[in-house]
Amino acid sequence: MQLKGAEILLRCLQDEGVDTVFGYPGGAVLPIYDALFESSIRHILGRHEQGVAHAADGYARATGKVGVCIATSGPGATNLVTGIATANMDSIPLVCFTGQVGTPFIGRDAFQEADITGITMPITKHNYVVERTEDVARTVKEAFYIASTNRPGPVVVDLPKDVMERSIDYKPEEVEVNLRGYRVMKGYNSGQVISAVELIKTAKRPVIYAGGGVISSNAAAELRELALKRKIPVTTTLMGMGAFPGNNYLNLGMLGMHGTRYANYAIGESDLLIAVGVRFDDRVTGNIATFAPHARVIHIDIDAAEIGKNVDVDVPIVGQVKEVLQGINQRLDEVTEYWEWHQTIDRWKEEYPLRYGNSCEGRIMPQNVIEKIYDLTRGNAIITTEVGQNQMWAAQYYKFEHPRTFLTSGGLGTMGYGLPAAIGAKIGRPDLPVIDIAGDGSIQMNIQELATAVQYQLPVIVCILNNQFLGMVRQWQGLFYGGRYSYTDMSYQPDFVKLAEAFGAIGLRVSREEELNQALEQALQVTDRPVVLDILVEREADVYPMVPPGGSLSHMLGGDEI
Amino acid sequence: MRKHTLAVIVENRPGVLTRVTTLFRRRGYNIESLAVGETENPSISRITIVVMGDEKILEQVTKQLYKLVDVIKIVDITDKRSVERELVMVKVRADVNVRAEIVQIVDIFRARIVDIGKTSLIIEVTGDSAKIDAIVESLKPFGIIELVRTGIVAMVRGEIK
Ligand SMILES: Cc1ncc(C[n+]2csc(CCOP(=O)(O)OP(=O)(O)O)c2C)c(N)n1
Ligand SMILES: [Mg+2]
Repeated sequence: MQLKGAEILLRCLQDEGVDTVFGYPGGAVLPIYDALFESSIRHILGRHEQGVAHAADGYARATGKVGVCIATSGPGATNLVTGIATANMDSIPLVCFTGQVGTPFIGRDAFQEADITGITMPITKHNYVVERTEDVARTVKEAFYIASTNRPGPVVVDLPKDVMERSIDYKPEEVEVNLRGYRVMKGYNSGQVISAVELIKTAKRPVIYAGGGVISSNAAAELRELALKRKIPVTTTLMGMGAFPGNNYLNLGMLGMHGTRYANYAIGESDLLIAVGVRFDDRVTGNIATFAPHARVIHIDIDAAEIGKNVDVDVPIVGQVKEVLQGINQRLDEVTEYWEWHQTIDRWKEEYPLRYGNSCEGRIMPQNVIEKIYDLTRGNAIITTEVGQNQMWAAQYYKFEHPRTFLTSGGLGTMGYGLPAAIGAKIGRPDLPVIDIAGDGSIQMNIQELATAVQYQLPVIVCILNNQFLGMVRQWQGLFYGGRYSYTDMSYQPDFVKLAEAFGAIGLRVSREEELNQALEQALQVTDRPVVLDILVEREADVYPMVPPGGSLSHMLGGDEI
Repeated sequence: MRKHTLAVIVENRPGVLTRVTTLFRRRGYNIESLAVGETENPSISRITIVVMGDEKILEQVTKQLYKLVDVIKIVDITDKRSVERELVMVKVRADVNVRAEIVQIVDIFRARIVDIGKTSLIIEVTGDSAKIDAIVESLKPFGIIELVRTGIVAMVRGEIK
């Protein structure tokens, strides 16, 4: 069958089960857009390629499918870069197609030429330049395979214009993946699993430390089984929120820099750390030398390179988190143990709950906003965040019940992630309310995507915790730079209500606590367009408790008294 | 800290060498020597890398390299019975009155003179690191004008029985 490269590309996407792509057109991808014109694949037109990449990422995180995005060559491709790096740091499966100048022009600094494979080499799981139309189908197949298996990640496929234009005789049955250097991990070392089980059986103060790997491996049920069987307390990383039900009495909330005191204290006292799908990031461990000083460590991860990277491990287990946990669960019987351990933890919970004071300015407390959002949605919503204080308060005060309901840029910390990710999430999960918990600074980084949400009638809710500050940076300046607020005051800002209205969204200002509930309820009723809530919050509220950078988890600042 | 010699078997595709070296740079590992070329199978290249580091660093290097899709296999041949070779060319200052002395050194090391200029000689020598270092040291007093090394290549020896 004679088909153009671009037509083959779309067929291959359909074969991969892709029904939605996010993109932005341009000269080098004209052949692809021409083929899309008559295709049954739905194309969501963003307003900036960074937004497009984050939307594909949000879609992937919310659904567990591979997110797909398309951008043109040169500036289109370079605009994707932050989105690709964001997905790479958080191990999110994306396949990004970039246009490229025609093969005869490559290397000649042609109009809108950028070496996107060179640029993205360190921030992708793998990338390709497709040099012949004959290679399109195989490359697409490999790209999806690589993006979605083992430790997931973004794959860039660069498509020169002439490769997309040329027609060849396409024989789908002859497409073969050829990856000698890439094997999908199956199974695990059962000797190691037995060692882990033995450690669990003899531990007195075990803690499960669960991360994004539990979610990407779809292993929340297995994690719950393990925790409940033995009554093991669970703390999650930022990326692991939702891996274990927020309301369960065993849940200690987040650990690390802005974790709960009781989670961090539990790590400090624990004699067995069961680390599942985590990478011992510095925001989690603080001073690595004093992290979990009394604990033996079981580390379960699909990526062998993560094991032993930052801490020494007693029982390493490389494998799919889901399979390994099943293996452990099979070998463990149900017993209620650790009675004293639970008592200790309960005492910490009582003594050091998450808490915040009253406003000094009669303004709304930002933490209170998150609590209200939780009261109204009870974990049955997708929460995305921007970056900064808004993100940390969301993680602290919202109780996530389900995996894939908390979408945040954890590894890269990308301001401007939340709104486009919310758009992608809403497209993937139209059945759930989707709320972006935003900061006044971050939201201005991809505010243009409101137009996308309006165009596709997506009722995403943006809650701007408006403190008129780059709050998190201001907090650090307050704590570590003598209160010199150098360029973090953002009181010069647009009227977010009018801005929302100009885009065709609904804008509401909330300046008093009494208005908060009603505004949120009203926003949750809207079904056909985005809503922006400009919530004026306490300007100088800080995120507590806090482990100062490089400090140890047992020495937290704040949150112990009001 | 010690030297490790890794044979990294990779797909013979454009960009593979960049992927490998980018990885070393990004993770802060130091390459002491690197040599690359096609193998008996034209679709496969072999990169011989000598890297300095303790066991932990080496483990990380190996695991991170394995994550590259184009890396097929890695063999640490440091502790294996292996043959290691490097080729070096040295252009050395050689007036008529010292030539005999240089020729003597060349003979001792079983090196070769591959070019004779008016005031200089080019000497080619193949061997393991120890031999190369030794001849370079011996030639230094004459004045080394230019020196180029190919980087180490290595191969595990065949079974004896
Ligand atoms: C793209 C990008 N630029 C800069 C930063 C550094 N940064 C981290 S938090 C923050 C402040 C964010 O301000 P805002 O969105 O208002 O959130 P708040 O902390 O006030 O809740 C900044 C500038 C970042 N994370 N990402
Ligand atoms: Mg702010």
